[in-house]
Amino acid sequence: MASLDTGDGGGGHKKGPGVKKAKKLSTRVDMTPMVDLGFLLITFFIFTSTMSSPTTMDLNMPKDTDKKEEETKVKMSGALTIMVGKDNNLFYYEGELTNENASSAFKTSSFKEIRDVIIKKKKEVESRYVTDEACEAKAKAEGKNPNDCRQKDFFVLIKPTEEANYKNVIDLLDEMTINKVARYALLEPFETEKELISATEGASPAPAATPAQ
Amino acid sequence: MPKVNIAKKSTDTDMTPFVDIAFLILSFFIMATKFKPAEAVPIDTPNSVSSQKLPENDAVMISIDKDDKVYFSIMAKNEPQIAKDIIKSAAEARNIPVTDAQADGYFPGDMIGVPFSKLGAFLALPADQKKAYVQEGIPIKDSANNELYYWIAATRTHFAGKPLKYLIKGDNVAKYPAFKAVIDALKKNDEQKYNLVTMPQAAPAGTELWKERNSQPEAKQ
Repeated sequence: MASLDTGDGGGGHKKGPGVKKAKKLSTRVDMTPMVDLGFLLITFFIFTSTMSSPTTMDLNMPKDTDKKEEETKVKMSGALTIMVGKDNNLFYYEGELTNENASSAFKTSSFKEIRDVIIKKKKEVESRYVTDEACEAKAKAEGKNPNDCRQKDFFVLIKPTEEANYKNVIDLLDEMTINKVARYALLEPFETEKELISATEGASPAPAATPAQ
Repeated sequence: MPKVNIAKKSTDTDMTPFVDIAFLILSFFIMATKFKPAEAVPIDTPNSVSSQKLPENDAVMISIDKDDKVYFSIMAKNEPQIAKDIIKSAAEARNIPVTDAQADGYFPGDMIGVPFSKLGAFLALPADQKKAYVQEGIPIKDSANNELYYWIAATRTHFAGKPLKYLIKGDNVAKYPAFKAVIDALKKNDEQKYNLVTMPQAAPAGTELWKERNSQPEAKQ
């Protein structure tokens, strides 16, 4: 029984005939309502407590510069451009986009598939790596992992359009952390890219549709 | 026939240990709970795998809500005076000064989302009316009249020599141009390092980050 045993019943003593018998009241307390309330409060605090406090992620932007020599140079063979359109649609191409290859290189993707695209491209760049001792020595001196040199030519360009939302940008930046992409940048899409995106979005509203190659 | 004597066992359970544990858990949750601070504007942040903790002092937070409205808040609970100084000098830079009495209406952590022209009146409102006031957001769209620039410039002067972090807290559905306008205002002030506020989430299984974190549990990126 949900009760506190107070150990009564140890036997009463005999009372004289003139003494009125006091009614024996049980000293047991029913604890059920207390337990109920206890668990109610536990549930309340579990639900309201903020166990996971917000975290922050770093974002470092390059300094705007007009000087050609200060600009970061990217090898076209190792570049992967990812663009964000409306309704969480992603578009990507590898290397450079020219008039000739615009139709075949420009591909549609989604947030589910983009990780594989990034991993595939990263592996491809790493496979072309020729040992660069200067880079590895520098990484060692700075306490970094020398294996990062393997992807030194790999560069992801993230270009959100005006229709992209904030979550898309964060998800892509997060994807860089998840896949350990060392070099990436957030930039504006070129006019030609914007046109291709709107043309593709207009032509194939279904996000999964991939242009024929 | 031999009788089988089944001992009569009481079906009563002593609930005392059970109650003990229940209240132990209860006291733990009461003490460990940190209530979510009441936010004037709800912002639903995206998730990320990042594990850095959010600083509570020496930081300014720029929030973007779901309607692309931008708010500015000064996170300096240790030094409330610095927040008032920032407000005064930012308003002075725009030639719409705020009086001392008006600036006293600001408490560190409050979100300001009004143009400078309405700032003084907004700060002078009593606390309950302030909450109900619908703020229109700091004007940022027009790059020539990006008021966030003045806020950041004033913050830089008053936090000079101290570590200062720029927190950007955006809503999931906020549009990218608003975020870009915020970045532009920061860049104009020569600030290139920001912290984006997110909610934590585990690294997806099988990825490189996941492998790294599970091989050395202490490793933090």
